[in-house]
Amino acid sequence: MVKKKDYTNGLPDPAPLKEEILAKYPRKVAKKRDKSMVINDPEADQEILANVRTIPGIITQRGCTYAGCKGVVLGPTRDIINLVHGPIGCSFYAWLTRRNQTSVPEGGDNFITYSFSTDMQDENIVFGGEAKLKEAIREAYEMFKPKAIGVFSTCPVGLIGDDVHAVSREMKAELGINIFGFSCEGYRGVSQSAGHHIANNQVFKNVVGNNDRPREGKFQVNLLGEYNIGGDAFEIERLFEEAGITLLSTFSGNSTIESMEYSHTADLNMVMCHRSINYIAEMMEEKYGIPWIKVSFVGAEPAAKSLKKIAEYFGDAELTAKVDEICAREMAKVNAVKETVKPNVEGKLAMMFVGGSRAHHYQDLFKELGIRVVSAGYEFAHRDDYEGRKVIPTIKIDADTRNIEEIEVTKTENAELWREDLIAKKAALEEGGYKFSDYEGMMPEMSKNSLVIDDVNHWETEKLIEFYKPDVFCAGIKEKYVVQKYGVPLKQLHSYDYGGPYTCFDGAINFYKEMQRMLDTKIWKLVDAPWKNEPEIVGSMTIEA
Amino acid sequence: MLLKHTTDKVKERNALTVNPAKTCQPVGAMYAALGVHGCLPHSHGSQGCCSYHRTALTRHYKEPVMASTSSFTEGASVFGGQANLLTAVDNIFQIYEPEIVAVHSTCLSETIGDDLGQIVAKARDDGKVPMGKHLVQASTPSYVGSHVTGFANMLEAFVKYFPEKTDEKKRQLNILAGWVEPSDMRELKRMSAMMKVQTVLLPDTSDVLDTPMDGTYTMYPKGGTTIPEMVSMGDSMKTLALGEWGTDKAAKTLDNKCKVPFDMLDLPVGLRATDRFIQAMATAGKVSVPEAVSAERGRLVDVITDMHQYLYGKRVAIFGDPDNIIPLIEFMVDMDMKPVYIVSGTPGKKFAKRMEAILAERVPEAKYKNGPQADMHLMHQWIKEEPVDLIVGNTYGKYISRDENIPFVRMGFPILDRVGHSYFPTVGYMGGIRILEKFLSAIMDKLDATSPEESFELTM
Repeated sequence: MVKKKDYTNGLPDPAPLKEEILAKYPRKVAKKRDKSMVINDPEADQEILANVRTIPGIITQRGCTYAGCKGVVLGPTRDIINLVHGPIGCSFYAWLTRRNQTSVPEGGDNFITYSFSTDMQDENIVFGGEAKLKEAIREAYEMFKPKAIGVFSTCPVGLIGDDVHAVSREMKAELGINIFGFSCEGYRGVSQSAGHHIANNQVFKNVVGNNDRPREGKFQVNLLGEYNIGGDAFEIERLFEEAGITLLSTFSGNSTIESMEYSHTADLNMVMCHRSINYIAEMMEEKYGIPWIKVSFVGAEPAAKSLKKIAEYFGDAELTAKVDEICAREMAKVNAVKETVKPNVEGKLAMMFVGGSRAHHYQDLFKELGIRVVSAGYEFAHRDDYEGRKVIPTIKIDADTRNIEEIEVTKTENAELWREDLIAKKAALEEGGYKFSDYEGMMPEMSKNSLVIDDVNHWETEKLIEFYKPDVFCAGIKEKYVVQKYGVPLKQLHSYDYGGPYTCFDGAINFYKEMQRMLDTKIWKLVDAPWKNEPEIVGSMTIEA
Repeated sequence: MLLKHTTDKVKERNALTVNPAKTCQPVGAMYAALGVHGCLPHSHGSQGCCSYHRTALTRHYKEPVMASTSSFTEGASVFGGQANLLTAVDNIFQIYEPEIVAVHSTCLSETIGDDLGQIVAKARDDGKVPMGKHLVQASTPSYVGSHVTGFANMLEAFVKYFPEKTDEKKRQLNILAGWVEPSDMRELKRMSAMMKVQTVLLPDTSDVLDTPMDGTYTMYPKGGTTIPEMVSMGDSMKTLALGEWGTDKAAKTLDNKCKVPFDMLDLPVGLRATDRFIQAMATAGKVSVPEAVSAERGRLVDVITDMHQYLYGKRVAIFGDPDNIIPLIEFMVDMDMKPVYIVSGTPGKKFAKRMEAILAERVPEAKYKNGPQADMHLMHQWIKEEPVDLIVGNTYGKYISRDENIPFVRMGFPILDRVGHSYFPTVGYMGGIRILEKFLSAIMDKLDATSPEESFELTM
């Protein structure tokens, strides 16, 4: 086992670690994993193998398309009934298990606390489940009178040929509310990612643009790919409100289906989680001419930068002044806390393996504290999330992903909705170097010799811990207790270990304090029993007088 | 209100399940397989199931939960998952080196008709199972039964595969444990030791899902029923099967295969179910009940009589798995509590018969239902019609408890928001005392929180 290295002159070359990891694998597996583990060089354009099928038996952390569609994208919208068509498990496991909070106004609907399922039985598999699905939709409507119902397919649905789209259309006509289906069977694609895409397509087709209400308020924006885990979106909402930015709709933390319906009237889309929502951003631009920018509110500096970027977009002096004032005030608060925490944690080592977005965003928070990220990766991101959007034209869609629908989007025929003004604004800003539709990815921002790993598995996790002996490991619930048995604290960056929020300035303060707690606690030093390192006492029954 | 859309108007439902009182088979199979030493559970389906099931167990235990998956893609879903499983077996044995791989299926592989038995046979024929290693399989379609069914199917798979009948009978009893906690497994072993009966417990998740923190990670912890123990089960004097839903299939299979007769018992939860367990152990093991066991029993009865005034007539709503709640409901009735609303998502005709037998005389007003649509939503609606004094069930009950301001005791699976269940048992007489403590604390906490200042009591 390699001992912890001296990191003062940069990260050590992890080539021996990579070699040791690959040595354990059967030949074909080693060949594939070799391409998904990149020894990073931010100066070079390196290619990583990502968004490919999972190796059977490898102990992946990945989930499925249904999880990406229902669990992630539509789950947080409070006033829609998400009806899961399938046996009970899928609905049960996605019941309140992601911490997307919602703030329900008096009299408002909230179905997030419920789990709805057709609970398919064997006869539904044999004779088909469409009749039961229709009946379940009727029963859900009668009991709950929701504004909309989303129908989510699980593995067996596609196989037995139930047509959730046809059933949804029929029930929409019968009940007079918006009902639409998702073909998000768990076997589609190779991970949660396909589910994001399917959710984006159906929400764009069936929801976005349903309500052309007139614009009110200044600086109208949508926040895309922010799911309000632990109240993250609340932090952003608060700052927007203070700055006078009108947040029309969030996809989909603390959201309503109605807000999505008029989201196409915004002046700007901001993409937080690139992986899960870039499709809607693209489609809104194609159809309505609304430009999008990448933002991040994780980390105090990125939050300030993002706010200033929004102000710059609108070019309004009052807004700019307000944003500058907020940032100056909040940064002073943040810096006061940072000064007390940083000396205790600076120079520590972190690694992070999280879904498709946070493994990058959270590196900024660690940088602010002077903590080094030695290794990072995503479960299900694509090459553009690693290498930047510039590689999109070179990405080959393989056989496992080919069947994920790409929908044709054309320019709206409604002249009032087509934003010629925004197209002109975008062109003018771009001339000044303002970046639209751009995401540079994680790898260019990581240190030389950091190890970037896609779809990390259990074996690789074990070896990483032995090699680096990190001070904190960031991942999810399945990894948490494995890593902690080694005596290494794990911070969950999906559920935040039931804490948070971690966005914006207050969120950064929360995170700094959390790192202080995790890295400064004495409990890890108490793991060894005091008698473990002492000579063994040989027992005797005689009492010495 | 967290469940603001729930009203007291109960409508007959035939298709829609809302807030289920069950989950699906494979998680039960995964749990059972973790109770075998050196075993890696394997989920033959798309990987989402495996992640969800590992996650559910991890959140419940705050412990590592390992399992691998065939990671089906769309192609495999059309052409069959044989290649995926064969590849997985190669990879698992080479990379993770378990003694046993215990394969279960999902609704995906079951719907496309993958024949696990045939694929597993092929893996063996192709030499993919190294010498001395084992590949066991159980069919666990998610659209049949519940997580309890999956547990039962995996348990049956182990007794189909391992026990052997030799000419040498062993002076030991088999205990097939239903789905109980590691703490309960430990307590079952402690009770057998007190009775001075040699037993083999299958499965046994103690020392697997409650491992110590010592700075090292062990992929296959020291606990779990071992292969020699399982093999020896074919020579045992008798099998005590605890909980019909979880163990019936395995008990019958073992009887058919090795001619080991079995007693079907309830899980030893509460006074009388524990009495029956102790008596069955004494009879089958040909031992007398030691004084220490009688003393434990006496302590439980003592606590009940001491605190009876707080329990008498208390109306209870309870949801959970049949094997766990049947003896618990009997225990409540014995203490003069009134379990008035009972739901279990797990189907099975015998449930109603058992409820009738336990409740008809003492709690004739009780409403109970099991199977699809016997969900927590229905139970909540009943509570809205006429309230109860206590809710007992898994963590999801906390939403009803908060909305209706009713004391709540966490029992069953999953408990995601408290510790204790994996460390302190609820089976046996000592477990009975713990259940009582939990009931009483919940009821008394509410009394303390709501009683007027002038009648706020120091002593209760």
